[in-house]
Amino acid sequence: MFDAVFTRGSAAFIPYVMAGDPDLETTSLILDALRDAGAALIELGIPYGDPLADGPTIAAAGQRALARGTRMGDAFELVARAQGNGSPPIVLFTYLNPVLQYGLERFAADARRTGAAGAIVPDAALEETGELRAVFARHELAMPLLVAPSTSPQRAARIAEASTGFVYVVSRLGVTGANQQRSFAPVREQIAMLRRLTGKPLAVGFGVSTANQVREIAAIADGVIVGSALIDAYASTGERAQSAAEDVAALARTLVAATGRTAAVDTTR
Amino acid sequence: MLRSTPDARGYFGPFGGRFVPEVLIGALEELEREIASAFADAGFWKEYAAALRDFVGRPSPLYRTERYAAGVSAVPLLLKREDTNHTGAHKINNTIGQAFLALRMGKKRLIAETGAGQHGVATATVGAKFGLPVDVYMGAVDVERQALNVFIMQLLGARVHPVTGGTQTLKDATNEAFRVWAERVDDTFYVIGSVVGAHPYPYMVREFQKVIGTEARAQCLDRYGRLPSDVIACVGGGSNAMGIFSGFVEDADVRLWGVEAAGDGVGSGRTAASLGAGSVGVLHGSRSYLLQNDEGQVSETHSVSAGLDYPGVGPEHAHLKESGRATYVSVTDAEALEAFYAFARDEGIIPALESAHALAFARKLAAERDANDLVLVCLSGRGDKDIAQLRV
Repeated sequence: MFDAVFTRGSAAFIPYVMAGDPDLETTSLILDALRDAGAALIELGIPYGDPLADGPTIAAAGQRALARGTRMGDAFELVARAQGNGSPPIVLFTYLNPVLQYGLERFAADARRTGAAGAIVPDAALEETGELRAVFARHELAMPLLVAPSTSPQRAARIAEASTGFVYVVSRLGVTGANQQRSFAPVREQIAMLRRLTGKPLAVGFGVSTANQVREIAAIADGVIVGSALIDAYASTGERAQSAAEDVAALARTLVAATGRTAAVDTTR
Repeated sequence: MLRSTPDARGYFGPFGGRFVPEVLIGALEELEREIASAFADAGFWKEYAAALRDFVGRPSPLYRTERYAAGVSAVPLLLKREDTNHTGAHKINNTIGQAFLALRMGKKRLIAETGAGQHGVATATVGAKFGLPVDVYMGAVDVERQALNVFIMQLLGARVHPVTGGTQTLKDATNEAFRVWAERVDDTFYVIGSVVGAHPYPYMVREFQKVIGTEARAQCLDRYGRLPSDVIACVGGGSNAMGIFSGFVEDADVRLWGVEAAGDGVGSGRTAASLGAGSVGVLHGSRSYLLQNDEGQVSETHSVSAGLDYPGVGPEHAHLKESGRATYVSVTDAEALEAFYAFARDEGIIPALESAHALAFARKLAAERDANDLVLVCLSGRGDKDIAQLRV
């Protein structure tokens, strides 16, 4: 499923959106808009009230979704509906406690049944992923693991080995969130180190928001993950679902263009 | 035998572990290495003991109450007086230890979360003592209800950051501290205030609080020639309880009692009794009991005591509960307040609202014990901080 996502010569655009923010209908429209804009893979956040890896933007999106009564089952329905609409693969982004309470086996079965490609669980450190990986593998779900700037090369090698689908490269110390000013120069070394360790696709996330930043990362990585900037793009739209989806799509088209994916396809014609 | 040391992955039985984003793993591993080195270094403990003696004012007294339980029992009701410590609670035992570790590791600043403010004050205090800048994260609701402690922290040079996300209480302050730590993991030491969090925090904090139990055990033997029949402590995250329990956990005849905050009642939905009303899950880095709904969303909690108003509990307590070595009960807001007022009038000691929970249960238990027994209560802190709230 991931072979078509990470193709040679260009980077995959991987948007993140929160299920149920501002409501489920809008999320569904946003997923369709992201498909049309050229997303190669979509991360769908399952709202959680205590997200340790998320910054203020995504944490607030999760709070809004929870206030609307969004539940785990709603996220699965969104996945099923998007798959029916011809969506690119969807990877769920959630935290360990909601998965454990839902039931690990039940979570994996429902994810598989609705067509999800995998799940990212950022607070499950490598040492705690054994059971998750076994269950996910049995249901043919990918489990991309995270590598941080503070991860030692020895540990990064073990994480890359255990990671499936792709390796999620956290571009900075800290949590998710847009930052228009920053440079991604330090990520180059991290990517170079990981390239020596693994042949798996490397997707970079955390703090990516502008077209220039996407261009910079697309030049060195296999995928670019953008979340908070997309949420900022529709959060101010309020509850007008159609315009929220259009706002997201407009930004997404700009960012997809910055990955060079379209250009890369053109040159091969 | 009950494991008193976590295994290599930080587990006490099935509880504990290390459930944090990858960005924090390196810092936890670094801390684990430093602890191993410091705890094996006699010089480290010597320095720590000197600070407890000269700065904190230890050993704290073992005091026999005169009147509080006299109407219901002839059993001697003993207090381990952590309220006499510098800054007024057991919290300082832990922050001094962590500050020594921060200095050994060359960290440049301390951060902390706080609920009632006692841990924030204790961290601000050691920051001032050791010349380390301190940032304290505190739920906006707690900033309101613990205004005196906010002022004290600022007086000591700490910056207090009100946290407005989520329920605006200790849980959210803890989330924020984890996030801030993730951003400055290189130069920042996160001083966690209880036996919670990812490995090695629950183990490390217990080791620093163990002094309560070690002293109390020796004082009981010295003065009464025997061990207490029962040891009682309040449990929020559970650090004063782990501290005093640790002195007696190997003594099979000593009954250990943890007292949680029932709030309006364990079944009321307005409670903070994680062991009494919660289920097993993962929060703030470890697997333990927590208050949550069927979707794994952490519940809002309620207690009259900000220091107990936390939806989780230290993993070692979960292990003590499931193994049967300790028994966990709960006390409502109303019972704790009644004990608070009665104890102040009867003994001339104003207890912290947290400690009042332990005292309320102690009087009930004392009624079942006879004069040959000894009931020992950890008086975890003094109640000055709570007076403004109660006067409203």
